[in-house]
Amino acid sequence: MNSIILSAATRLITPTILLLSVFVFWRGHNEPGGGFIGGLLAAAAFALLEKAEGRARAARALRFNPQSIAAFGLGCALVAGVWGGLQADTFLRGMWPLYDAYGLPFGSIFLFDLGVYLVVLGTICAILFALEDAVSTETDPGDA
Amino acid sequence: MAEPASQSGILPANAWRLLPALIAAVAFVWLLSFVGPVARGASPELVLPWAPTLGVAFVLRLDGLALAFALLITGIGAICLLYAAAYFRTDRRLGALLITLSLFAISMLGLVTADEVVTLFVFWEGTTITSWLLVGFDHERASARAAALQALLVTGLGGLALLAGLLVMGSMAGTLRLSEMNAAGDLFRASAAYPWIFALIMLAAFTKSAQWPFQFWLPAAMAAPTPVSAYLHSATMVKAGVYLMARLTPSLGGTDLWFWTLAPVGGFTMLLASVWAMRQTDLKMMLAYTTVMALGTMTMLLGVGSAMAVTAAMTFLLIHALYKAALFLAVGMIEKGAGTRDYPAVGGLWSAMPLTSAVIALAACSMAGLPPLFGFIGKELIYKSADYAPALGGAVAAAALAANAMMIACAGLVGLRPFFGARRSPGDRPADPGWGLWLGPVVLAVLGLSFGLAPFAIERALVAPMVIAVSGGPPAIDLALWHGVNRALLLSLATYALGLALYLVVDRIRDGLAAAEPGLPRTEAWYDAALAGALRLAAATTNAIQNGLMTSYMRRTFAVFAALVWGALVLGQGAAWPRLTAPPDLIDWTIVALIVGSVIVVLRTPSRLTAIAALGGIGAGIAIVFVLYGAIDVAMTQLFVEILVVIFIAIAMVRLPASGAVGFRPGNAVVAGALGLGVALATLSVLGADLDRFMTGYFEAASYPEARGRNIVNVILVDFRGFDTLGEIAVIVVAGVAAVAALRAGPRTSR
Repeated sequence: MNSIILSAATRLITPTILLLSVFVFWRGHNEPGGGFIGGLLAAAAFALLEKAEGRARAARALRFNPQSIAAFGLGCALVAGVWGGLQADTFLRGMWPLYDAYGLPFGSIFLFDLGVYLVVLGTICAILFALEDAVSTETDPGDA
Repeated sequence: MAEPASQSGILPANAWRLLPALIAAVAFVWLLSFVGPVARGASPELVLPWAPTLGVAFVLRLDGLALAFALLITGIGAICLLYAAAYFRTDRRLGALLITLSLFAISMLGLVTADEVVTLFVFWEGTTITSWLLVGFDHERASARAAALQALLVTGLGGLALLAGLLVMGSMAGTLRLSEMNAAGDLFRASAAYPWIFALIMLAAFTKSAQWPFQFWLPAAMAAPTPVSAYLHSATMVKAGVYLMARLTPSLGGTDLWFWTLAPVGGFTMLLASVWAMRQTDLKMMLAYTTVMALGTMTMLLGVGSAMAVTAAMTFLLIHALYKAALFLAVGMIEKGAGTRDYPAVGGLWSAMPLTSAVIALAACSMAGLPPLFGFIGKELIYKSADYAPALGGAVAAAALAANAMMIACAGLVGLRPFFGARRSPGDRPADPGWGLWLGPVVLAVLGLSFGLAPFAIERALVAPMVIAVSGGPPAIDLALWHGVNRALLLSLATYALGLALYLVVDRIRDGLAAAEPGLPRTEAWYDAALAGALRLAAATTNAIQNGLMTSYMRRTFAVFAALVWGALVLGQGAAWPRLTAPPDLIDWTIVALIVGSVIVVLRTPSRLTAIAALGGIGAGIAIVFVLYGAIDVAMTQLFVEILVVIFIAIAMVRLPASGAVGFRPGNAVVAGALGLGVALATLSVLGADLDRFMTGYFEAASYPEARGRNIVNVILVDFRGFDTLGEIAVIVVAGVAAVAALRAGPRTSR
């Protein structure tokens, strides 16, 4: 899609949505939001970038292979689970050492939610890019 | 694997090859330290909790039977691992082979020491899988792959039967411990389910130990390399079935069904395998058939079940492991030294390979049952146990006589033919191989001789505890070479005479069998037919179900879903109408109008793009409902998912063929209507029923104090129900991998 308006708007909108997605993720534990919604929002931001500026630009903005992001997210969630398992003998038990000591909202459940965020973002981007590749490599002579 | 050339360290650079053998040897010595306590009646246990709520534990128990098997597995394991390291000295697959062989040894060790159903099953399957890998070691050969698959399918079938049989026994006895089941044996024998349990367990034992009609897989498994065959197919894995029968004798043995199944099947297998052993010219194949013969003998003896027969079976088991492993390994030495395993192609190797000749001579004499070898004692015991059989004593003795005579002929073929006569061999300079190859076979052959000369050395230590574990009582007789002139001795003399006569005409027997072979029925044909049938069935169902039409998949999925929903509505409490607290106001009607209008557009529009946009409209309407009723999280999720779905469909649409006019399809309309109506009614009924708000109250109360969060929806997702979410995101990742793989493969096939 070669639209100057869309392209120009994207430069403003994409960072805004990304910031919003981090905000939604951040506040999720106490207000509406959370890792899943935040991940969807971030994926929507990259989908927009992909439509406006092309797949290569979006992939570069993402920096990492989207499937690696998803796998890393799953790893975060697992680590969060093992954390509780090791410290409290219950897999996935919430651990809040910083919250209990200093009131900072970081802990194993935050890590778990971050994992959800990354899994959703990574998987959607992976499918999106693969779909775009599949569509663009098929050259249909009848389709002018 | 790149080998460093320098050997500057204390150990040579390839010392790692000897590590598995060393570990097995250390385990053997460690297990030897248990011989004294176990012989005095102790049975040490290791109990680790596994899944206590299911009554499942990881239990190992070392009684007489387990200890004898464990000694065979570690002792012969050390020898075979050393032999494999030397045999594959220059092969870069050696690392993989040693690891798989070691895994097999561990599985086998677990199998024979397991005292709990699940533990036993896991190790049993471990041996099945590792033996599949080992038989298919030469995986570039199609025949090796086919043999491996055959062994896997046949023994895997038995494994499933074993699990079912043992679980039925466990639920009847109220315990999964084998020792406790064995203590309550009469419970099983008296129950109406006994024939079924018996059939399942025997299916497992017969497939694993290659009893007729499953005997065909073992000779085919000779596609494995020689050290693997020596270990798996003579000394250990194929004896797992015999072990199972022996282990469960206190639970299931002693009945008419037991006797009339095991004794005839074992006897028939024994005779059949003996006959076909004489047909072989490949010495390894011949040994494979004689192994089937030995397994048949043990099955028959366990079927007879008297104290004498059990003593004979357990003694013969030890004897056979010693001489058969030695013979397998020695045939490998002939192959390495002279270049072939076919006995017609070699001769006169005596002077060139004196050590190999001596090993084979000793082991073959034991196989033939000549005094003073250990094999002689075993053969005498078999004849004596025929005297005490509950029925068919004469038939057992006659079958054993015939099979033993044929074993003598085979022993002559393997022990005499390669070494005497004119010198000939495909290899130009036949010679004894290096120490790594000859050390183990020599040890085994010498042990066979010393146990024959001094049977009391192992009688108290090994045989008696084995017999006690199986039959509950001490052995019926002292092991000795000389018991005076009795019927067994006369039968032995008759065996020698008959065996010698057979050996003199064995070439003619072989050629006659080879000529008759194509016309004879084979049980392997049943396997082939069953496999082909299964494949045809799979192809037919796949073609019917996986027809590649997306609409067909969706129609079926929705139809099944609709049937389930309607089934629940009709069979359950029926539809109910929710009580409305307030009448719908204007904004509700607006949303309804938006959704209904969008549905009509989706159904009526000829343009895909319009349909997708309208579909998004439906989703947006539902999201607004969520917003109005306070489920902000759900509304946000719904909205973003709708957006992304529209983007995805829009991308994919570019490549879809132009749709054209799609006519009205009544079948689809019925399915869609049924599902939509059913889900709507079900949703209303849920609202109409009284909701139990217990969990809601709990989550509201516990959310902040226990999970440090005020957004209950999120706290449920990531904390209270975190395990569910972990599963879901794992599914998302896997689905993503699959989708990417499918998308990448797609264009390639269409190009």
